[in-house]
Amino acid sequence: MFDAIMDSHYIRSFQAIFPEGLILTIGITLAGLFFGFIIGAIVGLGRLSKKKIINLPSLWFVEIVRGTPMLAQILFIYSGLTEDIIGFNIGALPTAIIAIAINAGAYIAEIVRGTVHSIDKGQREAGRALGLSERETMRLIVWPQAFKRMIPPLGNQFVISLKDTSLFSVIAIGELLYLGKQYYNITYSPFQTLIVVCFLYLCITIPASFFLRRLERKLDV
Amino acid sequence: MITVKDLHKSFGKTEVLKGIDAKVEESEVVCVIGPSGSGKSTFLRCLNLLEEVTSGEIEIDGDVLTDPKVDINAVRSQVGMVFQHFNLFPHKTVLENISLAPIKVKGLSKSEADKEGQALLDKVGLGDKANVYPESLSGGQKQRVAIARSLAMNPKVMLFDEPTSALDPELVGDVLQVMKDLAVEGMTMVVVTHEMGFAREVGDRVLFMDEGIIMEEGSPSQIFDDPQNPRTQSFLSKIL
Repeated sequence: MFDAIMDSHYIRSFQAIFPEGLILTIGITLAGLFFGFIIGAIVGLGRLSKKKIINLPSLWFVEIVRGTPMLAQILFIYSGLTEDIIGFNIGALPTAIIAIAINAGAYIAEIVRGTVHSIDKGQREAGRALGLSERETMRLIVWPQAFKRMIPPLGNQFVISLKDTSLFSVIAIGELLYLGKQYYNITYSPFQTLIVVCFLYLCITIPASFFLRRLERKLDV
Repeated sequence: MITVKDLHKSFGKTEVLKGIDAKVEESEVVCVIGPSGSGKSTFLRCLNLLEEVTSGEIEIDGDVLTDPKVDINAVRSQVGMVFQHFNLFPHKTVLENISLAPIKVKGLSKSEADKEGQALLDKVGLGDKANVYPESLSGGQKQRVAIARSLAMNPKVMLFDEPTSALDPELVGDVLQVMKDLAVEGMTMVVVTHEMGFAREVGDRVLFMDEGIIMEEGSPSQIFDDPQNPRTQSFLSKIL
């Protein structure tokens, strides 16, 4: 009995995927989100600016990234853009990190803009009425409240970006889904293998959601 | 203390203030009454430039606010404002709400600001609430904290924008009492209010606004007992 289980496709596909696929999936997610935060913060601030020359390009960035399929973006960065524009292929892994970074960046920019706008304008007025400058009011009153409200949607973005990494199987990055596919293409066991693949995604996303809910309660947002 | 000359304010094509002339003397308590949409809150908000003035002149204690060269932050720090919805900072404790501006704008040390803040809290009857967050306070307590927060800047003038309109009826009294105490101490106050009892008892002068102008002004007894303008009469007959 035990041997039968150990010999099943569940276990063997797991062994084929784990831990390399999981490490790569998480690694790309974290690296992509790191740059995504930077992009999101800059573009989000741009979206908040009243100056058209800053606001408009930020808006375009968000619209273009959000309005095109991520799969097309990945292929574009991987083959189209890099070969035609800079003359050489930047490789799969940088492509993956860039793709996650610009997508997460666009969504994070909207999170930044949305949460700052969600702070009651009375807060700003109260700050200004006390004689604080616009900058001080933003820094001391609006931003701290907005940051708190950013946490739940940012957590959400983590989960989304994590799942987006599965798209990189099309450029042969050895993340979870790619390794799974490789396994079942040989063994003809897509059912068992994909269950294992999905299970591994859930192993990260469910604890992440749980942790987020606790954090939200603690921060009372 | 405050002189307003031919103040106009438009939002887009809608003209909300159509030429306001008003004067407030030092230590005077002026109550502004009128139907909603009459422009009374907009008028008050123009007095510390929370609304950009379309045309006209506002002078407070020698500073011409409508002069583009004026340091608006410095002027605002001299003019306290109390809002209908309190607008306390939810991420700061009661004492931090009060001491923030004195530290950042006046450059007080934290200990000085806290000491003054605590004294102000005692004054509004909330000395024991220094270290709680605003969310745990009742509406009336929040408004008293908001008043203390404004007072912490030692303003020359206090503006009140319907300070009791968002409160449960039984909580109004405590806030009005704090305002009365301030009036007795000689604070110059402009109060937009629906509390006719307060306007009558504490106000030195009452302005009745409608349709963006001051329709009638006078002492509380003139306005409430013997209104001349038919609009004033009809407004008062509806609410008294």
